[in-house]
Amino acid sequence: MKIFNDLLSSSSRNVSKSVTVHAILLAYTVIALFPIIVVIINAFKTRKAIFKDPLGLPDSSSFTLAGFEEVLLRSNFGLYSWNSLVVTLIAVSLVLLLGAMAAWALTEYKFRGNFIVTFLFAMGIMIPIRLGTVSILSLMVELNLANTLTALVLVYIAQGLPLAVYILSEFVRTIPKELTEAARCDAVSEYKIFFCIILPLLKPAMATVAVFTMIPIWNDLWFPLILAPGEETRTITLGVQQFVGQYVTNWNSVLSALTLAIVPVLILYTIFSRQLIRGLTSGAVK
Amino acid sequence: MTQQNQQDEKKPFPWHLVIFLAPALLIYVTFSVYPLLDTLFLSLFNTQQGESTFVGLQNFITLVTDDNWSDAFWNALLNNFKFFAIHMLLQNPIGLLLAVLLSSPKLRLSGTYRTLIFMPTMLSVVIIGFVWQLLLSPIWGISENFLYSIGLGQYFDAWLGKEGSALITLSFISVWQFVGIPMMLIYATLLNIPDDIVDASVVDGANPLQTFWYIKLPLILPTIAMVSILTFVANFNAFELIYAVKGALAGPNFSTDLMGTFFYRTFFGFQLQQGSASMGAAVATLMFLIILVGVMLFLFFVQRRIQRFQF
Repeated sequence: MKIFNDLLSSSSRNVSKSVTVHAILLAYTVIALFPIIVVIINAFKTRKAIFKDPLGLPDSSSFTLAGFEEVLLRSNFGLYSWNSLVVTLIAVSLVLLLGAMAAWALTEYKFRGNFIVTFLFAMGIMIPIRLGTVSILSLMVELNLANTLTALVLVYIAQGLPLAVYILSEFVRTIPKELTEAARCDAVSEYKIFFCIILPLLKPAMATVAVFTMIPIWNDLWFPLILAPGEETRTITLGVQQFVGQYVTNWNSVLSALTLAIVPVLILYTIFSRQLIRGLTSGAVK
Repeated sequence: MTQQNQQDEKKPFPWHLVIFLAPALLIYVTFSVYPLLDTLFLSLFNTQQGESTFVGLQNFITLVTDDNWSDAFWNALLNNFKFFAIHMLLQNPIGLLLAVLLSSPKLRLSGTYRTLIFMPTMLSVVIIGFVWQLLLSPIWGISENFLYSIGLGQYFDAWLGKEGSALITLSFISVWQFVGIPMMLIYATLLNIPDDIVDASVVDGANPLQTFWYIKLPLILPTIAMVSILTFVANFNAFELIYAVKGALAGPNFSTDLMGTFFYRTFFGFQLQQGSASMGAAVATLMFLIILVGVMLFLFFVQRRIQRFQF
């Protein structure tokens, strides 16, 4: 009887404990998502409904796409998104390719200066490239690259490489030596070893690096603002920043512009979240 | 055949090494290492009048002591420390709490919670800044009405608009957005703690709090230290949030000015003040030194002590 009592009380304590855990986590999840949801639902409502009932879902009388029309038709949001997409895709691909090549060279070959180069890349993880902006801008002006997407791509490659080289080097170390030694015995060239054997093996690590490199590039405001503020080269983050700043009083458009900027990231996040979380929890960034 | 020839034959010039390494190194050095060093160098010159003259440490002395500069500089620096302190006091403890809860054994939906709580971290700071600006705006009244509905209405204020509260409110917004990072990193470390260590402490009669305090906390201390240095670097480099919400002037009356916005204004100028590349470089150099000192302190004291503690 006593044993039964003990069992009962301990299981009810476990239940109440797990209820508390869920309550706290649920409460925090609501805090985390609430502002984003409020903005998205109100983007689809009439101005009157936005102010009268900010927390209500849009219904047949309050639903409108006026804000989106305003943003999409009277501003260059399509162009801005395209610019962001081009810059992010090219920069991330090159960070992955060049980062993998460098990581391979630094971990596989012993050569003079290896330590210095490794150290140089390691410093870049901690020291923000932003602090060199004064010189980056004058360099871009000299190279005739001011107000071009190329300038952004080059800076983002430089910004992304340190972490990429670090994570990929850690990964290259886990690849068994026998693999490359066997290939060398068969007189396979160093290039073929890298591109046909190593690169395919690096895929999972490269996916992690891609996610970590992509987010800061897509979200960056600083370099677009300084290196490419022109109408033709504006990225989506800069476009939203300037649009929202200009139309502060047009709530429909502001909420729609914010929604247009949020939704692509949310879609990307749901696609890549498993990869991102695996990258974080597998200790790749520790 | 001489020794030298044998060496040459064994090791032809490693072209593959150059081809693998050179592109990355070239871009990285040209657009990151060189500009950083050049900026440090430029801070020793004065380019105000179109010509640059070597002035040694004069720019730094001006920043720290000149009446036109020192107030703004010390204000931005102090604000930056406040910004950082609020992150350390709120963001990292909340992240730790969430990570501990998420890692409780047999918790259902932990993956969903993790994914959803991390979501704001993915969004641009610019967007987050505007979202909160709308939510907290007295015009819309969404937070005002919310506070009234839970009986705290009289405490509502235009928090983003007042000198006394604007910086703290912005810090809270930033904490809200980035709490996912400490949560994820600490969570990952907690998952990696072997079960038998925890089981052993339970068998020895430790309650959950004791297990956490004496077993888990020492094991996650290195991660907490790393989270702290990441927070430090990110906070002393912050710019977007203030710029999005308050503009380059970091109002009201510079109460939300951080080193990042101060750097932007110094470099590009604002309203009546002319931008100056060399003074901008001097501010960047000081930011560089602050971050470098922080990273050094971390590497030489914190990390070494933790390693000694671990073994």
